[in-house]
Amino acid sequence: MTAPGDGGAPLEASAFCERVLEAVGSGVEAEVTVRQGLSGLTRFANSHIHQNVAEEAMVTRLKVCVDGRQAAVTSTVAAGDPRSLVERALAAARLRPVDPDWPGVAAPAPPPAVEHYDGGTATAEPHERAAVVKAFVGADPASRAAGFCRTSGSSVAFANTAGQRVTGRTTEATVEGIHRIGLSDGRGWHSSASLTELDGAAAGRSAAAKASGGVDAVDLEPGRYEVVLEPACVSDLLDFLAWYGFNAKAHAEGQSFVDLGREQIDPLVSIVDDAADGRTTGLGFDAEGTPKARLELVREGVCVGVAHDRRTARRAGGDTESTGHAVAGGEGFGALCTNLFLLPGTTSPAEMVASVDRGLLVTELWYTRILDPKSQVVTGLTRNGLFLVEAGEVRGAVRNLRFTQSYVEALAPGNVLGVGDDARLTVAGSVAPSVHLASWNFTGGAQG
Amino acid sequence: MFDAAEAAVEGALAAGATYADARVVESTTEYLGARNGQLEQLDQTEAAGVGVRALLGSSWGFFAVPSPSDAEARRAGARAAAIARASATVPGPSLPLAETVPVTASWESTFLEDPATVSVGEKADLLVAVTATIAGVEGVGVAEAGAVSWDTRKWFVSSEGARISQHLVECGATMSAIAVGDDETQRRSFGGVGGQFGTRGWELVREADLPGNAQRIAEEAVALLSAPRCPEGTTDLVLGSEQLALQIHESVGHAIELDRILGWEAAFAGTSFLDLSTLGSFRYGSDLMNVTADATLPGALGSFGYDDEGTPAQRVDIVREGVWVGVASGRDSAAVSGLPPGGMVRADGYNRLPMVRMTNVGLLPGTSSLEEIIASTDEGIYMETNRSWSIDDRRLNFQFGCEIGWEIRRGRLGRMVRNPTYTAITPVFWSSMDMLGGPAELIYWGTPNCGKGQPEQVGHTGHPAVPARFRDIRVGVRG
Repeated sequence: MTAPGDGGAPLEASAFCERVLEAVGSGVEAEVTVRQGLSGLTRFANSHIHQNVAEEAMVTRLKVCVDGRQAAVTSTVAAGDPRSLVERALAAARLRPVDPDWPGVAAPAPPPAVEHYDGGTATAEPHERAAVVKAFVGADPASRAAGFCRTSGSSVAFANTAGQRVTGRTTEATVEGIHRIGLSDGRGWHSSASLTELDGAAAGRSAAAKASGGVDAVDLEPGRYEVVLEPACVSDLLDFLAWYGFNAKAHAEGQSFVDLGREQIDPLVSIVDDAADGRTTGLGFDAEGTPKARLELVREGVCVGVAHDRRTARRAGGDTESTGHAVAGGEGFGALCTNLFLLPGTTSPAEMVASVDRGLLVTELWYTRILDPKSQVVTGLTRNGLFLVEAGEVRGAVRNLRFTQSYVEALAPGNVLGVGDDARLTVAGSVAPSVHLASWNFTGGAQG
Repeated sequence: MFDAAEAAVEGALAAGATYADARVVESTTEYLGARNGQLEQLDQTEAAGVGVRALLGSSWGFFAVPSPSDAEARRAGARAAAIARASATVPGPSLPLAETVPVTASWESTFLEDPATVSVGEKADLLVAVTATIAGVEGVGVAEAGAVSWDTRKWFVSSEGARISQHLVECGATMSAIAVGDDETQRRSFGGVGGQFGTRGWELVREADLPGNAQRIAEEAVALLSAPRCPEGTTDLVLGSEQLALQIHESVGHAIELDRILGWEAAFAGTSFLDLSTLGSFRYGSDLMNVTADATLPGALGSFGYDDEGTPAQRVDIVREGVWVGVASGRDSAAVSGLPPGGMVRADGYNRLPMVRMTNVGLLPGTSSLEEIIASTDEGIYMETNRSWSIDDRRLNFQFGCEIGWEIRRGRLGRMVRNPTYTAITPVFWSSMDMLGGPAELIYWGTPNCGKGQPEQVGHTGHPAVPARFRDIRVGVRG
């Protein structure tokens, strides 16, 4: 690892960006990103560590556009002489047809002051991750525990031929796992930008409590039930809404549910994407070097925004600009939100459960797959803790159920009965609270 | 490149590993994507590095660096051993390895036309042309097509003396038509899950005949928008071979992975409903069900010469006449279970820990044909081409959606139906299979996007499959 520069990126990475652009020469538009870092993941199963991995990485991505023809090359082997990388990219570009939607490279602009970074996490050693695992497993020595603790740190430098220069660095740490008693699993997790903030014991206790509560699970007839979805479930909803809905490309092609300006979601719900918020992780600029703006997607139930990269912004025309959500290689799929927030409400999870007449408390949604992106109908299963609530009290555990449910319909006006005050950073990267929904369509049980 | 791998192994042993192996990998990937008659994306990736695996006590330690120099490789080996040693903070039983014969060998996949020799321009022209054809059909909103090729060279060395080099060439292509309605979209694609892929050269793409199928899938996508919904209920279900390939992948291939059965994947991918104590006696399906995991099939996407532990590719019986008889395994999981190693451990690149992976898990053909199956079905639904897939963490409760379906009435295909779905419990489903297509309809479908492990790895698997019929299946589940 090299020493951080003023902007946080390694001096070597910034210098290499300049060497790449120099090799590209004149008359060519180009953007180059160099990412380097160290990541490690300590995995455990049957209550002991069984797989323990780490990786040093340095990846260079170069995109060039020659006479309207663009191509990108990504390389882990370009750290020395950049000429081979540049020659490959230029040769590929010259052979392809003109790209009529090439938006050009980003103009110089400063990114927001974002640094979700902890030096100790960036260089974390395996024994530090193992200590977190030990605390998680030790929360209930009598049950079987499985999961992981990971740390990652990366420094990124970006440069383009229009003069944009941005650097950044970010870290992330997560402990996530299950405790298992018989066939009853309970899950707990904790994510942060800093390894020292992880409380493995608390995550383990949470998982163990769920597993213990699920031991005597019973079958429940599928059907429509009122639900309280915990933050991990809400994170899943946010992901699907963003991937297929708040995606300017899908929106332009008519594949998104989003009808800007219309109240399609319950007024209790507001959704934003905000890389600068201190509770999230990541960088303050995107794969095209565009600063990430705070993007409002849903304001009190009204859809008000979609995420753009430079390509979709160009196609939209007018004064539309990239919102800073481009991803590398994302020409086909479009722009993606990576720092989603469902803004918290004022109701505690306990108050939500207390207000349920008959319904289900859901810990996690699993293997969720979209049947149709426009209607946002998704199928999946519950996992790691499903509990029947009657007359405001948790009555007992229920065996996992399959659902087939439109996520948009689940959040439609009138369907959201409460938004929790318990928003937290999820393993998937969004910050989500619990939500209380009037109806959720469970379509199958353990017997199909 | 063997020198760097050997240096990595030496570094690990010197740091205390009881066993070590290392892979130096050089790989290139090329992807072209077209949309609505324009080439939208041209991405090339090159990667090279060394990954070294060290065993100490109950845990693997693994470290990877993006430079295959001898000095860096030796350092990586030492780091791998140190990482394994740190695992002793939360120890378990010592991990044994099943014995294999260390070999010195070299293996190359076969192909007629190296994808690297086909120009970017020719590939682009193909994709631009088929998306223009699709987009030209009235009612189509989006036309997509893509082509991908992988070229991978590996050098494997183990502390037991194995030295193996391999060169794999793989490629594939896809295309889809999307019709956009007021409330939903309809998609028709060519190929299996995301297209058709194999351990073959560009001849695979030429044989796939994208131009010859573009107009048809576009017209079907448009027709689906106004087709009636798939009826709800319980009926006979006939699946095309490309859908059956995914059915095999999800409800057999993952369920028989020995690391899942042993609980090593419990927190993420999940476990399995299979219990090793019933190996050899558990009734997985009907007598027609014969499944093998065969890494030796020429051209199939899950084929290779040696796995990433140096075990030769082999054919393993998984289900014989409906009875579960085999697993997907590696040296550690096999030793723990007292079984022979299956040679099914692979990694996604130099920088990932090798793990149990499906090879070509396929259903052996029967004696019938799709035409005969439909002709002998009084009432049912015929479904083609996967659109969504979901299965629980024990691989029991699944629900699949297909792109298109047709009613079957009195032995004939009837109306086209939209949004066809079906759901069942794995052994109940396979036990209901009563007709199976013959060898003439056997296709080696490829799945290039199988996710597993943490950090997550993407695997390439193959699934030989034929059309089949299943009795009394719940269809038409909707949101």
